[in-house]
Amino acid sequence: MMKPGLYKAKRIIINILIHLFLITVAVSCIVPLGWMVSSSLKTQETIFKDMSFIPGEFHFENYVLAWREGGFGRYFLNSIVYTASVVIGIIIVASLAAYAFSRLRFPGRRILFLMFMGAMMIPIPGSFVALYVLLNKLHLRNTALGYIVCMISVGLSASIFLLKTFFDKLPRELEDAARIDGASKLGIWWHVAMPLARPVLAVVVIFNALNVWNEYVLAMILFDSKNLMPLQRALMVFQGEFLTNYPLLMAGLTITALPIILVYLLMQKYIVKGVTAGATFG
Amino acid sequence: MKLKSILENYIFVFPATLIFVIFYLIPFIWVFQLGLYEWDGIVPAKVFVGLGNFKEILFEDRIWWDSMRNAGYITLIALTLQNTLAFLLAWACDRQMRMKNFYRVLFFIPPVLSEVVVGLVWQWILDGHYGLLNGWLTYAGFPALARSWLSDPHTALTTVAIVHCWKGFGWGFLIFLAGLQTIPRELYEAARVDGANAWSTFKNIMLPLMMPVAALVAILTILGTMQGFVMIIAMTDGGPAYHTQVPVLRILASMRGTSRFGYACAQGISFGFILVALSFIQYRFSRWTRDSA
Repeated sequence: MMKPGLYKAKRIIINILIHLFLITVAVSCIVPLGWMVSSSLKTQETIFKDMSFIPGEFHFENYVLAWREGGFGRYFLNSIVYTASVVIGIIIVASLAAYAFSRLRFPGRRILFLMFMGAMMIPIPGSFVALYVLLNKLHLRNTALGYIVCMISVGLSASIFLLKTFFDKLPRELEDAARIDGASKLGIWWHVAMPLARPVLAVVVIFNALNVWNEYVLAMILFDSKNLMPLQRALMVFQGEFLTNYPLLMAGLTITALPIILVYLLMQKYIVKGVTAGATFG
Repeated sequence: MKLKSILENYIFVFPATLIFVIFYLIPFIWVFQLGLYEWDGIVPAKVFVGLGNFKEILFEDRIWWDSMRNAGYITLIALTLQNTLAFLLAWACDRQMRMKNFYRVLFFIPPVLSEVVVGLVWQWILDGHYGLLNGWLTYAGFPALARSWLSDPHTALTTVAIVHCWKGFGWGFLIFLAGLQTIPRELYEAARVDGANAWSTFKNIMLPLMMPVAALVAILTILGTMQGFVMIIAMTDGGPAYHTQVPVLRILASMRGTSRFGYACAQGISFGFILVALSFIQYRFSRWTRDSA
């Protein structure tokens, strides 16, 4: 047996080492972002020479340039419109379906539900090829509507799953009371079930918002017109056109990343909940 | 009345089903159908080639199998390096309750960023001439180590894999941490009272209880990493000279580069089968280790 003093010293050293390990990794998560912001404040001349994290002069005009001349203002607006439309669409369409799968009886209910769940588990890496052909046929390629509906379809299965599990656990007394009072099914869904589902709706909103804001592949395949492109696609196009304009590219990246980081910091409770809920599904 | 009630119920699932059928199910079926044709995506006439596309993938397409090997290499590094790191961090956080939330917030920043942002920022940091990494290496007295990390054929793939780990470890960390926190504290107490040391506590209590969680993280890592490609577009676009090509990039190249839509679909189907097979093998393997433990 070790002496108590020695044991305590050993514990303290171990604790310091553990914290050191954690801090090193934590710092490595921030440094690239710090460098991105730092580079976005330098000029075309200084960026290739000045390796300091805090630049001598802060060139905030890069953001104005990126927003106006770089077109990121337009792309930002596009991303906002796509994200908001898809999230609203998913909330309505998925919660209607999830409520039906949880509460209502109709022939084909189980098969339909299994179909949605199956879509979540079978990977089809080539599906964007067929999606491109389909949207071409429907004349929806290179349109905002086409992109929005595709992204709604992408988020549907997981959202239905999350909402249905929630409705299944919800007590029915309130809905029964509303029914006795003569409320219609749609009325009960909207006035009783939806307000109760607020915590899980928050998870659905955040995850789908992150997913749409960060989406790249479909935006690349579907959009030719620059003025329809969301931020992620526009960043790649910008990088291809102005290969060495790093300050403006970094400003564009910061404009793209900042809202996500803010939303994440404000809503991290729901994000942790969502990840662990997704994990228990598998 | 009964019929009206059922029809009313169908109203609830109709919008979801309509979107799902048109934008998921139909493309899903088309992929399998198109895989049997040679088609440039434009002319109305498709040429039926049966399993010709699949034969070409299997026996003639060397770049396809190289890209599969590259994705396998990145996945292997993610399975070992990324998941070990994720587990160690979760374990450390599970012990140090005080700062746990602070670390958790920071570790999950890379996963919430987009692949485009992460790829472009790291491409700038890893730049051969003006990158931060080479700057630091030179400053620290190792100028010989400085190189064009992403355009040097010897380092490109490993560099891409490590950036993948940076972006992905937060997922595993969160899941491992959630798993560790379900283990009742009394178990550790009891083990300590019985005189068990740290290693035997780890081996006999934590490891068996964490096996299902580890299996889940492993399967998510395999499926996610094998299909990853957006970060690679942002960092190397598959170069230098095919050294960082991955399967989905090849599917894109077949579709957009050579306009062979049928071939792209056939590649997608083959890759899908490989992914399903991989997760099945992984599932059986994790069950086997659990049963024999």
